[in-house]
Amino acid sequence: MTDLEIVLQEWPRLASGFGNTVFLFAGSAIGAFLLGSLMVGPMRSRNKIVRVALHSFVDGMRMLPFLIFVYLLYYGLPAFGIKLDAWTAGLLGLIIYHCAYVAEILRGAWDQLPAGQTESAQAHGYHGLRLMRRIILPQLILNSAPVFGNQLIYILKDTSFLMIITVQDLTYAASSIQSMYFVPLEPFLIAMALYWAVSLSIEGLVRVVQGTAKVRGLGRA
Amino acid sequence: MPEQTPILVVDDISKSFDALKVLSNVSLKIHSGETISILGPSGSGKSTLLRCINWLEKPDRGDIYLAGQRVGRKEDGQLMTDGELAHIRAQMGMVFQNFNLWPHFTVLQNVIECPVHVLGISKDNAVVRAEQLLEKVGLKEKRDAYPYSLSGGQKQRVAIARALAMSPTVLLFDEPTSALDPELVGEVLTVMRDLAAEGMTMVVVTHEMSFARDVCQEVVFLDEGQVVEQSTPDKFFSNPQTDRAKRFLTRYV
Repeated sequence: MTDLEIVLQEWPRLASGFGNTVFLFAGSAIGAFLLGSLMVGPMRSRNKIVRVALHSFVDGMRMLPFLIFVYLLYYGLPAFGIKLDAWTAGLLGLIIYHCAYVAEILRGAWDQLPAGQTESAQAHGYHGLRLMRRIILPQLILNSAPVFGNQLIYILKDTSFLMIITVQDLTYAASSIQSMYFVPLEPFLIAMALYWAVSLSIEGLVRVVQGTAKVRGLGRA
Repeated sequence: MPEQTPILVVDDISKSFDALKVLSNVSLKIHSGETISILGPSGSGKSTLLRCINWLEKPDRGDIYLAGQRVGRKEDGQLMTDGELAHIRAQMGMVFQNFNLWPHFTVLQNVIECPVHVLGISKDNAVVRAEQLLEKVGLKEKRDAYPYSLSGGQKQRVAIARALAMSPTVLLFDEPTSALDPELVGEVLTVMRDLAAEGMTMVVVTHEMSFARDVCQEVVFLDEGQVVEQSTPDKFFSNPQTDRAKRFLTRYV
């Protein structure tokens, strides 16, 4: 059997790993986005304690390597009596880690948004979450599609760290085929191609959002 | 004519930005159906006064009453919550110097947005009403365009339709023609004249003296944060009482 045949024979393993990777990616991207969106309003709060606490969290996450954060969640927390299974720790880790980046992207975009946008909404009876959801957030997204695209790619790539805590993702599948059959190259090439495929879809999505922004005169920052 | 209850009362408003006193003890009364204009040199506090009316700026002292309802504070003097303030703001329309249309929505979406999401009107009804309003401001054919593609005058007319869609008790205009090219001012003023003629209650901060003279029932002249003169346009423009008003008029008319 050639190396390639071995890998093809082990295809179900790769497919299932790929499925897990896509699930982890989509779940944590959505989770990080929702959490980041909820954080960005309070990050601009008049209450200094709230503001400082959130900024410290965001900066803390951004200065911490993701792998160490996941280690702490999975191997560190049991010392405090909190035991998470690998999937929960992985998904939670991705969401919490990347929501800090999402919040920071949104905060930067919000700083660029003319104050008149918020004022005209407030003058028409908007406040709180509805103001955020209907008026602010759509413009922040349209104005920062490429930056969000980058972040999505980081999230995708960070899913591969989760094999360290025994989550059976695509990298884990490739690595286990490699060690079972001693085929050093093919499993990783295939994994690489699959990561690329997802990244290209992300790029496609970014282009769609940019097109939507362009006809509205947005996203030229 | 019997004395009516005013629809909008500005009662002894003062406002400072840090050490700079912008408004000192300003009081006004506006009756339903009246159009008043607030005139004054740049920096006289006109826009701040207008923004205090709907509490986009919080007055340091004094009160605003809309149809007998206190704005910004509850009866016991406590600050309103954001939700309570939003509820009362929804009863006042505001038109801004820089239009502030929402660029991610089409013209029609801008006009139906607040009726649907703030007032809870059904989308179908809101669209019918929005189309009438767009026809009124002469922009029916632009309903599916994005604000980005419109001229300044068109944007401002959409902004007026957006404010009218809330069926406001009063409509506040903050220098609505100041950001427009001169040839586009007329189309916006025409819409505003029509509204005044229909009996809309309007407070207009403006530098358009012809509008103040021909359309308004009352003119308020503000200088250095104080009401210096308050009279009918006829009296103000033909026979100003103070030197400050005279100086202002020689510069602007």
